[in-house]
Amino acid sequence: MDQKVLETIKQTVTGNPVVLYMKGTPQFPQCGFSGLAAQVLKACGATDYVAVNVLADVGVYENLKYYANWPTFPQLYIKGELIGGSDIMKEMYEKGELQKLIESAKA
Amino acid sequence: MPTPENVKTYIEQGLECTHIEVHGDGRHFEAVIVSPAFAGKGMLQQHQLVYKALGDRMHEEIHALSMKTFTPEQWSKQI
Repeated sequence: MDQKVLETIKQTVTGNPVVLYMKGTPQFPQCGFSGLAAQVLKACGATDYVAVNVLADVGVYENLKYYANWPTFPQLYIKGELIGGSDIMKEMYEKGELQKLIESAKA
Repeated sequence: MPTPENVKTYIEQGLECTHIEVHGDGRHFEAVIVSPAFAGKGMLQQHQLVYKALGDRMHEEIHALSMKTFTPEQWSKQI
């Protein structure tokens, strides 16, 4: 566990309203689940969110699972709080809950 | 590579389940998990309980796990 990386993660997720840690980028996802997460965010109208490519940052790749006790990617954070992976994002989107969260993060 | 049976056992060892189904191809798994421990918890906390039961296997052996989590009450309304 690398405290410096965890501190950087904390600043990223608390300094930006919406942050998606994913494999690849929204335009070029490198994993089906990450691609799904990017699509769900797009469907929610979230355009100016921060997307972090964990494949381009081995420190984040290895330490993010310790930050919020979540071992897989992608991970969505809204206002500094872990929302979940693509499963939970999809389910919340279908219930209309994710859209509300995204709206509240923009305000 | 773990089999669905392995994954089922890993989860049951760490979490009391009244019902559990696991399917998968050795890297991607889908699971339906019913546990009294889920009561009063949001989806995120429920999934975290499952990940806690799986521990490090989640990263090392299992690439992806999609899950549907239910309390026994929710499950009884499902079937």
